[in-house]
Amino acid sequence: MITASAIEQGFDVQVIRRQFPALNREVKGKPLVYFDNAATTQKPQVVIDALVNYYSNYNANIHRGIHTLAEEATAAYEGTRDTVKEFINAPSREQIIFTKGTTEGINLVAQTWGRQNIKEGDEIIISTMEHHSNIVPWYILCQEKKAVLKIIPINDRGELLLDEYEKLLGPKTKLVSIVHVSNALGTINPVKEIIASAHKAGAVVLVDGAQSSVHLDIDVQDMDCDFFAFSSHKIYGPTGVGVLYGKTHLLESMPVYQGGGEMIKEVTFDNITYNELPYKYEAGTPNIADTIAFRAALEFTKQLGKDAIRQHENELLVYATEQLEQIPGLKIIGRAQNKISVISFIIDKVHPQDLGILLDNRGIAVRTGHHCAQPLMDCFCIPGTTRASFALYNTKEEVDALVAGLEKAIKMLL
Amino acid sequence: MTEQKTIEEVENEIVDEFALFDSWDEKYEYIIDLGKKLPPLENEYKIDDNRVRGCQSTVYLTASYKDDKIYFKADSDAVIVKGLISMLIRVLSGHTTDEIVNAKLDFINKIGMMSHLAQTRSNGLLAMVKQMKNYALAYKLKNAG
Repeated sequence: MITASAIEQGFDVQVIRRQFPALNREVKGKPLVYFDNAATTQKPQVVIDALVNYYSNYNANIHRGIHTLAEEATAAYEGTRDTVKEFINAPSREQIIFTKGTTEGINLVAQTWGRQNIKEGDEIIISTMEHHSNIVPWYILCQEKKAVLKIIPINDRGELLLDEYEKLLGPKTKLVSIVHVSNALGTINPVKEIIASAHKAGAVVLVDGAQSSVHLDIDVQDMDCDFFAFSSHKIYGPTGVGVLYGKTHLLESMPVYQGGGEMIKEVTFDNITYNELPYKYEAGTPNIADTIAFRAALEFTKQLGKDAIRQHENELLVYATEQLEQIPGLKIIGRAQNKISVISFIIDKVHPQDLGILLDNRGIAVRTGHHCAQPLMDCFCIPGTTRASFALYNTKEEVDALVAGLEKAIKMLL
Repeated sequence: MTEQKTIEEVENEIVDEFALFDSWDEKYEYIIDLGKKLPPLENEYKIDDNRVRGCQSTVYLTASYKDDKIYFKADSDAVIVKGLISMLIRVLSGHTTDEIVNAKLDFINKIGMMSHLAQTRSNGLLAMVKQMKNYALAYKLKNAG
């Protein structure tokens, strides 16, 4: 339980803001207010410096080079793996597979474990609030294998109906692939309970951690998930890097994903032996620079303290919710008891796209539309929402700017 | 009967009108006003075939052909987009297929709309222009065939 306020924990948002160069810029002649953090976060100077430093000083291909630059680059790249292992409390570094992002992690599991283990008539459970990234790979697999996709319904607050989930579980359930935190609603799902039930039914569980990993403490051992996928760019790191964690026995038994260099031990034209974990799944030259810089992002958040960050973001969420609720005609979509600092809303007779354009004209960046979760929008019978998502560098003054921007926009539109 | 203005003449009119505005708020207020004034499209035209893809809002666009000229009608559930279509209709509607296909539509750039709106695919401005030109091209090919 967190009791101390963010400020009491030494969290000074003005000092932190100065470490994010992009936050200093103006948009349409106004100071930028960046509330599209659930899409991607801005990058602190230490991350930018790590990228520049790699390319300026020790750019080299990793793992096989005998020279100094290759040694340095390999050490830095593998160093990120160690930091990620700690970040999610994985049992071993070999269970950390670098990917392009969450989407690739999920696709990797669908194309390897999925194709090996899913048979005709088997069932895969996902939920109504999944991002398209956690729908489409399973849809494709189900089409290919004649398997069945089952969907956990939600209530009108945007919470999973766990009783209904329990009813979906059965002997045919082979996989549960569930989002940890909804990108469109902010709902935090009780993944530990979901996983325990799935395991009792003999199913494997993948957790989509794209939104959760920046806000929550991730402990894959405590959670007991079989797979956990997340992205660097949503945790203040570079784009183009993600992580797939898996339990060792699964990662070892799964077939390879892509073929190429790095993932092999020996190649003749008659026989190929594959490399050990984690390299078995990392074919070709990886995204070395961004992976190295990802470590700087993880260390940055660790230094600030996840508790303090969470406290600050929660203060923003509570304040913004109160303020937005004052606006006539505004309805918040997603009122889960447990949610992260994301507010999705609709306004009577106002199209989200119009709001997005007029807010941008005041330098305020929000996300409008279906948030790559069309089935979820259909469930609420809306085409989309306007979403403001808060990060560690946002302030109450920025929330005030959003409220003022919305009031002005509504006046113009109605 | 007054002589019909060319596409370029209408474009220049719009550019002159926008020159009177001091701020983007005023420009948007004007576009919103145009959107509100655009007559709603009859339900029979609100069909999947008439939907403009590549826009965050729902946009319907239909064209009819009469006396060698094309006439556009459109609608959207978002009012700024509706205002933009209204301007495009004002510029392009009532012209021949060739005039529409060859229209440069520099006014979009001149009134600053290109830098303000057209950079991301979500607002659909360029998708609408493309669709209108496609209609003109389709009628042109049909006539030639």
